Amino acid sequence: MTSGGEALIRALADEKIDIMFGYPGGAALHIYDAIYQQDRVQHILVRHEQAAVHAADGYARSSGKPGVALVTSGPGATNAITGIATAYTDSIPMVVISGQVASHLIGTDAFQETDMIGISRPIVKHSFLVQSAEEIPSVVKKAFHIATTGRPGPVVIDVPKDMTDPNHKFEYKYPSSVYLRSYPILGESDANEVKEAVKLLKSAKKPVIYAGGGVIQADASEELIQLSRMVGCPVTNTLMGLGAFPATDDQFIGMLGMHGTYEANMVMSEADLIFNAGARFDDRITNNPKKFGIAAKKIHIDSDPSSIDKIINVDVALQGDAKIVLGQICEEFKNASYDKSNLEPWWKQVKEWRNKHGLNHDMLNLPNQSDIILPQQVIQSLYKTTKGEAFITSDVGQHQMFAAQYYKFDEPRKWINSGGLGTMGFGLPSAMGVKFAFPEETVACVTGEGSIQMCIQELSTCKQYGLPIKIINLNNRALGMVKQWQDMQYSGRYSSILYEDSLPDFVKLAESYGHVGIKVEKFSDLNDAMEECFSLKDKLVFLDVLIDPDEHVYPMLEAGGSMAEMRISKKDRTF
Amino acid sequence: MISHIAILMENQPGALSRVVGLFSQRGYNIDSLSVAPTQESTLSRLTMTTSEEPEVISQILRQLFKLIDVVMVQNLTSAESFSIELAIIKLALDTEEVKKIIDGENKISCNIVNEVDGFTMFEVKGESMAIDNFLSSLKDQEFLEVSRSGQLGMTTGMASLRTNDQTKISYD
Repeated sequence: MTSGGEALIRALADEKIDIMFGYPGGAALHIYDAIYQQDRVQHILVRHEQAAVHAADGYARSSGKPGVALVTSGPGATNAITGIATAYTDSIPMVVISGQVASHLIGTDAFQETDMIGISRPIVKHSFLVQSAEEIPSVVKKAFHIATTGRPGPVVIDVPKDMTDPNHKFEYKYPSSVYLRSYPILGESDANEVKEAVKLLKSAKKPVIYAGGGVIQADASEELIQLSRMVGCPVTNTLMGLGAFPATDDQFIGMLGMHGTYEANMVMSEADLIFNAGARFDDRITNNPKKFGIAAKKIHIDSDPSSIDKIINVDVALQGDAKIVLGQICEEFKNASYDKSNLEPWWKQVKEWRNKHGLNHDMLNLPNQSDIILPQQVIQSLYKTTKGEAFITSDVGQHQMFAAQYYKFDEPRKWINSGGLGTMGFGLPSAMGVKFAFPEETVACVTGEGSIQMCIQELSTCKQYGLPIKIINLNNRALGMVKQWQDMQYSGRYSSILYEDSLPDFVKLAESYGHVGIKVEKFSDLNDAMEECFSLKDKLVFLDVLIDPDEHVYPMLEAGGSMAEMRISKKDRTF
Repeated sequence: MISHIAILMENQPGALSRVVGLFSQRGYNIDSLSVAPTQESTLSRLTMTTSEEPEVISQILRQLFKLIDVVMVQNLTSAESFSIELAIIKLALDTEEVKKIIDGENKISCNIVNEVDGFTMFEVKGESMAIDNFLSSLKDQEFLEVSRSGQLGMTTGMASLRTNDQTKISYD
């Protein structure tokens, strides 16, 4: 016989969950007592509930397994909201369990009561309010089923305290399977649509494959690479899709969109066929949808039918699981003849674009080097030192874009960032989640002095659990991305972005948490400091790199324009 | 243009708020809404009207279907369907005066319910547009209270919004 609290933890273990991230509190006390009395599920104590959810998120993104977070009611639940919204926007499989006041107190404005189901409703894939202790195993089963299938997403289970009462015992049984009549899961695409897609691919003269996070979620990189080889066309990845197609491959033209490469954005503008695999025509990609891919036929694979024709109307809609659908297309593609050499004129054009404004230059060997460190150089140094094999998490801002542009991800699930919601504070806690998923792998968090301060308290969690994460702080003493926009659009009126005199000494800060801090101020010290940072295998190292405060991220799409309308540098633009 | 949408959904706490929340969250308008359990107690049927452009309607239908609690969605406007609305109206008139007003109305059917203290309540049934027009004709009346059901509807013939499917949880 088990209590509801015991049943909850046992159900997680039966769901093959071995780790969860959380923070205790009154409404969750019975659950925490149940955690204490078992050893199948490890609980990681964070320092703020937002970090618990981000850590579960980093765990999920890197491992492909669902992340689990546990918080208490009221402020515990509301602190989790930013993390849940982050996971929702990027379609990350996750289950968040929140304590709730006892069911007879719901609606009475009780201590630490908040309507978690109501507050989280627009940012969850689904949510459950537990109605009886006995239903806990089946609710957990449904929650993981929903979180991990179709287009993945976070599911909230709100558990009133009386549902976990240790004195109420019942017989525990965990369901072996669940079928929800209201939740069909897409698999294969319609065969006629697949035929039509292949026909368009074979007849295109200027095709491009544009792959997003959906390919990574579906573990479909292998199928994507296979199709790309057969078609022989340029391939671009979204910010969320980096690593889905290997960045060092000759067919790769870099990231596309707002801060995508010149050649990727030009290819998207000039293509006669855009093949979208697991991306959603996000506004950071399309720029002005009315000017997007006007000359191109469009094919769209998506596991969420509501993403199709939402922003951009397409010629062929392939609803289904990206792995299965890409497999179908590869099979169909083999059926008739195809000559890759027809794409030679297209490639000639692509290479011209790449030679003109590409980002493939080695910034570490710039001529007439002053000792000022450029942010791009930090990322290239990081790439060199880690041989391109590290898990890189990032926060949000200029450093995120530099990391996306200059760290060449050759494998999926190595690049962990808040792409859709753009959540500052995501980098460090998500790196903790990655480190728990892959204790033996190198994990670095690329951040800025703005973002890192939003979840800096997690340095304490890292100390408690001995997590040797490398924090690469691109310190420009300002909120850099906002500053860039204020430079470009507000005549340099720096409204509320400067705080240089009040920044902490990050070296001392890291040391006070029991970690190692290294400060780098000169370019000539950069590579050695980076080497030292990664040679301290068992230590968390906070590498505080003072970079050029005036650097902007380029290329940059011009608001309201087409994808060909870009600023290339402070002086050059294409329009 | 007014679109008429029928939804079959799980009769679960919170299900209605997910549907209504979807509309406010994505910036769609709801003109009318009617919801009640069906003959199958685990299911509710919801009928709503919305005045959005056709391309928005197709997005609304997909977003609705994506909600986990929604079992089926149907656009009644694009199918052969029948629709009707019921309104209860109370006027500060006696029965005889109300009879004069409703006499000769041929697009709606009217039925007097009662008269209490000089206030007459009557029911009106018909297409929503006809009820709109009838209510406009009453705008000069001294006192007016109206309760409308929202437009109800279903498709004609074989086509229907029903399911024999059941949610199954196995323990083997």
